Amino acid sequence: MARKPAKAPEPANPTVAASDDTDFLLHSLQDAFAANKRYAASEAEMLEFYRQMLLIRRFEEKAGQLYGLGLIGGFCHLYIGQEAVAIGLQSALDNDRDSVITGYRDHGHMLAYGIDPKVIMAELTGREAGISKGKGGSMHMFSTEHKFYGGHGIVGAQVALGGGLALAHQYNEDGGLCLAYFGDGAANQGQVYETFNMAALWNLPIVFVVEDNQYAMGTATKRSSAETRFYRRGTAFRIPGMEVNGMDVLEVRAAAEVAFAHVRAGKGPVLMECNTYRYRGHSMSDPAKYRTREEVQEQRDHHDPIEGLKKTLIEAGKTEDELKAIDKAIRAQVAEAADFAETSPEPGPGELYTDVLVEEY
Amino acid sequence: MGIELKMPALSPTMEQGTLAKWLKAEGDRIEPGDIIAEIETDKATMEFEAIDEGVLEKILVPAGTEDVAVGAVIALIAGEGEEPASAPAAEPAPAAAAEPEVAARGEEGKGEAGSAKPAAEPLNAKASTPRDPALSEGTTFTSTTVREALRDAMAEEMRADARVFVMGEEVAEYQGAYKVTQGLLAEFGPKRVIDTPITEYGFAGIGTGAAMGGLRPIVEFMTFNFAMQAIDHIINSAAKTNYMSGGQMRCPIVFRGPNGAASRVAAQHSQNYGPWYASVPGLIVIAPYDAADAKGLMKAAIRSEDPVVFLENELVYGRSFDVPDVEDYVLPIGKARIVREGKDVTIVSYSIGVGLALDAAAKLADEGIDAEVIDLRTLRPLDKQTVLESLAKTNRLIVAEEGWPTCSIASEIIAICMEEGFDHLDAPVLRVCNEDVPLPYAANLEKLALVDAARIAEAARKVCYVK
Repeated sequence: MARKPAKAPEPANPTVAASDDTDFLLHSLQDAFAANKRYAASEAEMLEFYRQMLLIRRFEEKAGQLYGLGLIGGFCHLYIGQEAVAIGLQSALDNDRDSVITGYRDHGHMLAYGIDPKVIMAELTGREAGISKGKGGSMHMFSTEHKFYGGHGIVGAQVALGGGLALAHQYNEDGGLCLAYFGDGAANQGQVYETFNMAALWNLPIVFVVEDNQYAMGTATKRSSAETRFYRRGTAFRIPGMEVNGMDVLEVRAAAEVAFAHVRAGKGPVLMECNTYRYRGHSMSDPAKYRTREEVQEQRDHHDPIEGLKKTLIEAGKTEDELKAIDKAIRAQVAEAADFAETSPEPGPGELYTDVLVEEY
Repeated sequence: MGIELKMPALSPTMEQGTLAKWLKAEGDRIEPGDIIAEIETDKATMEFEAIDEGVLEKILVPAGTEDVAVGAVIALIAGEGEEPASAPAAEPAPAAAAEPEVAARGEEGKGEAGSAKPAAEPLNAKASTPRDPALSEGTTFTSTTVREALRDAMAEEMRADARVFVMGEEVAEYQGAYKVTQGLLAEFGPKRVIDTPITEYGFAGIGTGAAMGGLRPIVEFMTFNFAMQAIDHIINSAAKTNYMSGGQMRCPIVFRGPNGAASRVAAQHSQNYGPWYASVPGLIVIAPYDAADAKGLMKAAIRSEDPVVFLENELVYGRSFDVPDVEDYVLPIGKARIVREGKDVTIVSYSIGVGLALDAAAKLADEGIDAEVIDLRTLRPLDKQTVLESLAKTNRLIVAEEGWPTCSIASEIIAICMEEGFDHLDAPVLRVCNEDVPLPYAANLEKLALVDAARIAEAARKVCYVK
């Protein structure tokens, strides 16, 4: 295992400022990113980003409807507003090698992977055809085929688990990296920092992504976090940080390029803060009384990631009609997924006792 | 008057050790802080530092002496300005001094040195009862400590499967806090024997994630008491994921380390987590007693596709048992073993309790009560069949458990006997557990709190309606 020296070298002059500590790359990634903040996407790439973000938006809107109809139970955390984060980052992955892990707000990340919306929606409705056979639900979905490792319901657990996935990449020398997403709420869990420490100590190939959607459930970041600029929180572990506008898919993609190159060069973990906004409540049962309608409307009107990219596409010569056609196709795809999820059978009673253990004893 | 230098203890459980080397000779001046000698146990080597000053007057235990009892006088120092005495006063020879103490502790049935006698019992039982897998005629055995058996099992599986690695606090360069991973770093290198920071929640999560990513981690907790900081990953991440993913995402990991009361380490370091983990669907829980089971079940645990909690016991690490000289000795998970056959009463136990149950059975035999002793070995899945078959034979059953009585493995066995063995019961099933208190530090209170052979024998008499 490529290990760093047990103790990082001290700067020769103890009075030297952190920025002059050339061994410590705290600002270097942000500097590289700031120099070229928007990914120069081809028209085809932009259309694909647009299509994928819109698929997440329409899928989540439909999930919200099905929840309202009682077809989806339990907790259901929608990704509406945050689409640019998953699409910008996951579009830069090497899908043959890299792994992804996230928390309970996971539908968007799965769709970003190209996983069939039908099996995701069928999991939400608790049907046998669901990706977890209906036994996981909204928060617990996995696709080992796509190297998507969940879908975890315990806030922050996915960060340490992601550290383990990164350890496996390093151990197997497969050249892959792990992309571990967590929210501004999870960022206050102790195990996140335990993982930062080991990831930096062992030089693990991992990108920690804080999706700062401004609220940990109903608590605004400024009420929960002494340091709300989350990208700084790797400093104590010598993990370089990046601060990214998570409402712009091209910015996220540009940041991903910088971060992934750093990790793939064997330089250890990166901490990326993506500032974003969740339009809907924390979960479907959240009336969102902790913020004003105006605040939400301001984000929708001026920062919406899909509208933003639409504007760029139109500037590049696409027509409203062309983009509307994309939306229409996606609505049809989502409607088909919802029909499938509503009409699929529930798991048979025999499924109750399957998959508890792999082996028989 | 000279100063007596006494054999030091390296740990709360050490009762004897080897005086490896004298670094001072008779007649040498000694200052506080001088290293006088090197002391060894099977766990560690320690330098013995002087705290007094004077002249080393007489060495009473020569270098290389093994089994020197803790507290035995090993040398005399003449104090400042004192004339060295012409001959050591009539000090008892160290071996003689040691014997009564060892014997006394042996009767308590706990402590490493005291295990010599009880250990003989299961070996005899082993010879008379078939073991799994059936050993061929003429199989030879090697006396092995539980500690070495666990290490051998890990090393064999690491040789056989490149995905297997060990991580935990002090597992590599220190050779294991209890020396269970001794020698693994030298053979397998730092990639596969990974020292972690003191960060149980974090490394339990990283280990679990690595298992999800296709590796086969063995995560050592220095003791299972510290695993409470990590229990979320053991239960929520490792145990449940296969089910929640509809069988897609496996988590083949072994969480291992010492469990249960050690010796005089008080409440926060003395707890049996067997019942906690055994209540969780999705986990395998193993708690062996002897070295052969430790080896065979550790190998099975590492090979299992399921997450395993492997509960060891610090007080048993140093005990020696015969391990069959069989290549690739793997035992089935989920099978109890009858360690002593009997017809009058069944004593069900596991881990360190098995040694106590065998001691109790030996006492009962002297009184004409023929007890059968079952070692559960695996706590989840529990081998109900072996328990119920024994109950059908003896019609009386007690459970001996080094752990709290409430919501215990004993409670579970009692429920099983009620639900599925009621017609075979000639007496209520009794549990003999630790007292229902946090484990106290004071030696006398600790002794009062812990299950022992006398209490087990008493419960057996009671269900046999013998006064």
